[in-house]
This record gives sequence, C-alpha cells and structure tokens, in this order.
Amino acid sequence: MSVPENPAKATQPGRRWVNILLGGGLAASVVSFLYPALRYIIPPPIAESTSRSVVAAKATELKNNSGKIFKFGSKPALLVRSADGTFRAFSAVCTHLNCTVQYRDDLHQIWCACHNGLYDLEGRNVSGPPPRPLEVYEAHVQGEDVVVTRSA
Amino acid sequence: MSEPQRKTPSWLDERFGAGTIEEFLRHKIVPIHRHSIWYYFGGMTLFLFIIQVLTGILLLLYYRPTPNDAFESVQYMMTQVRFGWLIRSVHSWSANLMIFTAFVHMFSVYFLKAYRKPRELTWVTGMLLLFVVMGFGFSGYLLPWNTLAFFATKVGTEMAGSVPVVGKWFLIFLRGGEEVTGATLTRFFGFHVAVLPGLATCLLALHLLLVQQLGMSTPPGVERAIAEGREPRRSMPFFPNFLLRDMIGWYAALGVLGALAAIFPWELGTKADAFAAAPAGIRPEWYFLFMFQTLKYLPSKIFFVDGELVGIFVFSAAALVWVAVPFLDRKIGFGRTTRIFTGAGVFVIGYMMLFSWLALR
Amino acid sequence: MKNAAATLLIMMCVLGSAGADSGKNSCLDCHAALDDARLVKPAKLFDGDIHHQAGLTCADCHGGNPDDDSMSAMSPAKGFRGVPKKAAIPDFCARCHSNATYMHPFNTKLPVDQLSEYVTSVHGKRLKQGDAKVATCVDCHRVHNILSVKDPRAPVYPSNVATTCGRCHADAAYMKEYKIPTDQVAHYQKSVHAEVLAQGDTSAPTCTTCHGNHGAAPPGVNSVVMVCGTCHVFFAQLFEKSPHQAAFTQMGLPGCVQCHSNHEIVKPSDSWVGVGPNSICSTCHSSGDAGFKSSQGIAMDLGRLNLAIAQADSVLDTAERAGMEVSEAKLELANAHEALIKGRVNVHTFRASEVQKVTEPGLEIAKKANQAGAAALQELNVRRKGLGIALITILVAIAGLYLKIRQIESKPQA
Repeated sequence: MSVPENPAKATQPGRRWVNILLGGGLAASVVSFLYPALRYIIPPPIAESTSRSVVAAKATELKNNSGKIFKFGSKPALLVRSADGTFRAFSAVCTHLNCTVQYRDDLHQIWCACHNGLYDLEGRNVSGPPPRPLEVYEAHVQGEDVVVTRSA
Repeated sequence: MSEPQRKTPSWLDERFGAGTIEEFLRHKIVPIHRHSIWYYFGGMTLFLFIIQVLTGILLLLYYRPTPNDAFESVQYMMTQVRFGWLIRSVHSWSANLMIFTAFVHMFSVYFLKAYRKPRELTWVTGMLLLFVVMGFGFSGYLLPWNTLAFFATKVGTEMAGSVPVVGKWFLIFLRGGEEVTGATLTRFFGFHVAVLPGLATCLLALHLLLVQQLGMSTPPGVERAIAEGREPRRSMPFFPNFLLRDMIGWYAALGVLGALAAIFPWELGTKADAFAAAPAGIRPEWYFLFMFQTLKYLPSKIFFVDGELVGIFVFSAAALVWVAVPFLDRKIGFGRTTRIFTGAGVFVIGYMMLFSWLALR
Repeated sequence: MKNAAATLLIMMCVLGSAGADSGKNSCLDCHAALDDARLVKPAKLFDGDIHHQAGLTCADCHGGNPDDDSMSAMSPAKGFRGVPKKAAIPDFCARCHSNATYMHPFNTKLPVDQLSEYVTSVHGKRLKQGDAKVATCVDCHRVHNILSVKDPRAPVYPSNVATTCGRCHADAAYMKEYKIPTDQVAHYQKSVHAEVLAQGDTSAPTCTTCHGNHGAAPPGVNSVVMVCGTCHVFFAQLFEKSPHQAAFTQMGLPGCVQCHSNHEIVKPSDSWVGVGPNSICSTCHSSGDAGFKSSQGIAMDLGRLNLAIAQADSVLDTAERAGMEVSEAKLELANAHEALIKGRVNVHTFRASEVQKVTEPGLEIAKKANQAGAAALQELNVRRKGLGIALITILVAIAGLYLKIRQIESKPQA
C-alpha cells in the first residue's frame, strides 16, 4: 500500500487528534446521557407517587380537644383530636366559599372564620352558610404517626 | 486500516463466530447517487425506536397504569424524580419524531421503488412495522390519563366500533369494556409495553434480516443511467463510512430531542374525568389527523350506507392496496418506473398533507 | 233511587259496625258515596290528612255524631258546628291548636301560639276588621288534606312557601285594592336565597323566614338589620358599628335592603363598590364626600387583591400544567383568596382602612405565590443550561465523526 508523500506523514499526528476528538466527544456525550439516566433511577426522597396518603402529625403531637391544619396534596386538611382522644380528619376547605376552616376547642366544632359557618365532628354542616358537609378523610395511627388517607 | 485491530474479535470469534459477522459487515455496501440521502431514514427510525425502548424502560420504573395513579405517577416523574422531566419529554417527542421518520422512510422507499422484486417482503414487513408504530402511538397517548388523551381515545375507539360485523367486538376488545375506563388503560398499557414490542421485535428482525440479505436497492433511474454508462457505479462501505455518517445524524437527532425536551417540555395537562364534558376541539395526534378530518367531511349517508363506515372501508382498502403494491406493480422492473404508481404516491402524500392541514385550522 | 242507595249504605254501615269500635266515621262513609262533587271532595281528601292519621274524625273538628248513620248526625244538638265562616276559622282551629294540654299527647314539639301570633299579623288584623280576602289557616295549610310542615308536598314546606304566598300576593287583580306591590315572588325567584332553596337546602330563607309565618308582617325599617342578621351575623355586627347605622336610622332607610334589595337579593359583585357604572355607593355618594372616598378606597383594595390573585393563579397554573411542582405555593395562595373573602365581609364597615387591614396580608401572600410560580417557570429555563452542556458534547462528537470520515476517505482507496 504505497502512499504518496503529502497526506501520510502529515496526518499521523493529525490522525491521533481526530481519534482523540472522536473518542472524547463520544465519551463525553455518552456521559451526558448516562448521568441523567443514573440520577433518574435513584428513587427520590418522597418514595410514592400518590398523594392519597399523608402523615399528618406525630401521634403525640396533638393534645385532646385540639386541631391541626396540614397539607394534603395541594389543599389544606384538618386533623382533629377530639376530647376523648380519637383522631378525625377532614378537608379543611369550607364548602361555602373555600376559606380554610379551623377547630374551635370551646365549641367542640369546626368553624369557618369567613362567614361563621359551623360543622360538627362528623363533618356535617350544622350552622351558617355552608351548603354541604366537609369531605371526611380516614385517620389512623400507624406506629408513631397519624396517617390520613383519602379514599379513591 | 493497516494497523492490527484489537485482539477481541478473535476471542469473540472463537466463541461466537463473530468473524463471519464482521466479514459480512465489511462487505455491506451502500450505493452512492443523488438519492442516497434517503438511505439514512431507515437507520434514523431504528435509532429513535431504540431511544423509545430505553426511555420507555426508564419510565416503567415509576409509571402506574391505573386511573387513580397514572396521572399522579407521571406528575411525580415530572416534578419529583431527578431528570424525570427529561426522560418523559424525550419519550414523547421522540415518539412523534420516530413516526415522522418512519413515514419519510416509507415514502422514500416507495418513490425510489425499492419494493421491487426481490424486496417485496421487506416492504410488507416494513408496512406492518408502520402500523405497529402507529399502534404504539395510539396506545401510548392514553397512558398519561389526561383529559386530551382520554377523549382522543374515546373518539378513536368509537370509530373502530363502527366497522360492520366485527366492529362491536373489536371496540370491546380495545376498550376492555363498553366505555373507556381503567380497564382500557390497563389494556393499552399491556399493548404498549408487551404486545406491540414483541410484535415489533419480530417484524424488525425479519425486516433487518431481509435488508442485510438483499442489500441496498438502487433506484430505477440510477440503475438505467449506470447501465447506459452515463453514471459511474459508486458506493461506500457501510462499515465504517456510512455508519459514521449515520452516527452524525443520530447525534444531531439527540441534540434536537434534548433541545425540545428542555425548551418545549411535554405538557402534563389535567387529570381525565370520565364524567366531565369533552372539551372543545378534541382531536387525535397529528398522524391520525388526515383520517379524522376525512371522516368529518363524509355525509352521514352514502347510498344507504353509513358515511363513516364508507370512510373506514375506503381507508382499509387503501391500506391493503398500499401493502400489496409490490405485487400489483407488475410492469416495474430493472430500470423502469411505472408512472401510475408514482402518481398514486404523490396523490396520497398530497391528500395526507392537505387533510392534516385542514384539521389543524 | 237515592233512598235505595241510602238504605243499602245504612245496612252496610250497620253490618260494618258490628265489629267496629270508635273508629267509625259515618260522615266519611256517607259523604264518600254522594253525587255532589263539592260534598264528596272532603271525604276523598281526608285519607291523606295528618289529623286522620292522628286518629281524629270529621266530628272532632265539625262536631256531630260519627256513630249516627242518619242525617241527624249533623244536628246542632249533637254539637254539629258545620262549615265555619271565614272570620271564625282561626278560632275554629285554635280550639285544639291553642290548647297545650290537648296538643301535648299528639306532638310535644308542636307550638301552640299560632293564634296569638296570627292576631298580631296583618292578615289577622284585617280579618278582624271584616276583610274576607286575607289569608286564614286553611288558605295556607289547606283543609281536609293537611300535611305536616316536614312533608315536601305540603304548601307550607319551605320550597313551596313562596308559591303559596304568591297565590294571593302575586295576583295583581286580587291585590288591587291593597295598593302594595305584587312582584315580590317574581323578584324572590331571581334571588340567591331561592337558588339555594331550590338546590335542596331547606335552611335557606323564604317569605316566612323574614316576615314570620303566623304573625306575618313586613319587618320595620329599623329591624331589617336584625332580621337579616339572624343568619348573616358578621355583616349585621359590622354594619351596626359602621357610620351607615346612624345615618340610615336618621334617614329612615331600611338597612341591608337599601343596597341588597329585599326580595331580589342577588349575588353581590365587587363592582358594587367604587365609582364604576354598577356602583351602588354612587347612588348616594358623590365626588368629594367622605363616603365617596371610602368607596373608592375599598374598591381599589379589593381590585388590587383580585388582580394579584388572578395573576398568581395564572402563573401557577401554567407551571403546574408544564409539570412543575407548585402545590406548596397553591396552598399558600388559598390564604390570599381567604383574605379577599374576608375583605368583602369588611366592606360592611364602610371604612377603607378596615378593608385594607385584611387585604394587605393577602396581597403579600399573592405576591409570594406569584414569585414561586415565576421561579418554577424559571426552573424550566435553568434546564437550558444543562441542555447547553449536552449540546456541546454532542457537537464535539459530531465534529469528531466528521473529521474521522474525512480522514478515512482522504486515503486513496485500495
């Protein structure tokens, strides 16, 4: 394979550079593809996709006859610990005009500050403008946590 | 290539007989002429299909195929999983790109008459692959379970039901019931990740095998020019020359996909609600638009037959004819083109483009 | 023919009464078999009557002897009272219904003050003066097929009250001599109260809620606030402390009704305050006076908050649809919405400062939510940086490939 003078000798070091460029480019691009893929397969801190179940509080956090607002999905929810110690959970979105309700420990009922609406501890609208009861969630104690679930 | 290659081939060679594969690859040549550019589209479609498989497998790690969880799992991927947005958007964009390149590949083969003997079966397997790919698109579109997807599926499967005799059964088979429900989602998921990939693998293996066996076809015009001495017969080895060029194309496609994913991320939409009214302007994905628009224009009755039925029948017949083109185009042979088939091809492309454009207005 | 029928009937009654006890009601048996439609009607209706279900007979109201199958059952000697005259109807019913001892065994919760209320009502007073067109017990409750108030078919069931009152009060011809409007029912049907009632919430007000039922009378101008205030507690409290309370009392204006109307109470809108075309404040206040300035201030506060919330909402929605995580920000924005609602309540202080007190924190929240949404959209842009890096590596690879091709093909082919 006799090769004329001009290209052969001159391209020997040039050939190396091309190989380096090619190999480097390929390697770098492969890394830029593999890096996201590897990060992707590592599970994120919140392991589950569904927001149908949320840890509302620690079981010891609430005293009897008190309430706590917590985040459920992108809406507020209310966890109530009634006077006898049982946990109840509701959507905290008032069925009148969507204000956030709160637990009144003096009335033992759930109250909406916007227009004075009242709900009992079953979520039923008992006084004022709310036309419908609050959506009721399930609350139960799992170990140290109070877990609130919404049925599908 | 006077350097000694790595030792590995001989190691592999002893165990796999890889030497014969390499030998064969070295022998594969690609003709060079003014239409050579179209040769890239088959490999591009294959590359995008591989991208789909890889991103699809990654998506499988987080996706849940039930109506309660599907939308939420995609949302989770988009918001919580590192680079989840990238994988998902690449998968969605690549799907559309793949269907586009598949159509380009098919039409380029058609107009370059590469379906001539002995490549009839390559054409047939290719057409079947095209239908499988559109099935991928249709089944995959439902999986995020958003409003658009839900109603587009409803409309699409509704049309399947209007076929006579088998229509009702076919609709129930597709939907997993009378209506589009969670059963439909599970079923489409099964089609999308198991049934269709299996089918595609078999068809692809056949298709590629045939391509390797029969080599690359040269278009009739070029064949004639070479035979008459007006053009030299030029070619390049597939490996490494054509393959390197292929890789440039593939890298460019990767760049385009990444840009699309970052600058035009695929929307999440709103979760599907079966009891809500269908939003205005529901339509299927762009590769079904021409059919959708045609059906809209058909009158409700044509000679006592349901208009939609006529439309479906005509499309099915057209598809059948299209698949059978290599067997119908008898007159075509070495160096000759058949005007009527070329004309029909131009008409089909024009029709598809016109009606797709009309649907988008 | 008639004699034969009567005889046959008497024989049947006698035979029937062989096993019967005090459940015998000859009035019913006879009247049911008569030819005169007017006389048959009470007998036919009585089956569904609540008195019938309580075990009472015709005689318990009309007197007479229900065991007697002959015409002598209806003799005044046996206590027969017959059909009472219009003016005597209230006393006729009150004979039992005002008697607490008598009513107690039937229903311990049923009030017994209906008559004492009725005589204070406009209807009762006019009846005493000899007006025979006004409503008495039977005009609203019907007669012979009286249903419990809790029965949805009853004319006095909450969702039927407006129709019942409207039978007279919406009849322009009937009401002509009284010179009061007859459009109340038509107006009411357009109100939010009617809308809510129609949706099944029977606690929503109807005619009797504000006017009273037995003691029906329009509330005095000074008591409007108290009437509305029985449900709309916060608004009444705020109004009474506001400058409008004294001003309205002085001018004899009917409180809430002045702005909200009495019957056609529609959903209020933010455009009612301020200086726009729909402004109600402008019907009294004109440019320059303190009220005008207040109304301007209030409108601006509400308008600003409204706009801020709308903007934040739109940005967050866009981000969410694009797949960005914004649930925390949306939650916070709900608080801004709440501030807007409380602001609208505070409109009834008619002081811009009071409204601003509530809307100001809302504005802060909306601003933050807007920023969060913008940040989320910005995140989308940050990805472009990562994209840039990837694109560079791709370009390098492509350059490498290209050069390799040139290199391979620059050698003459063997």
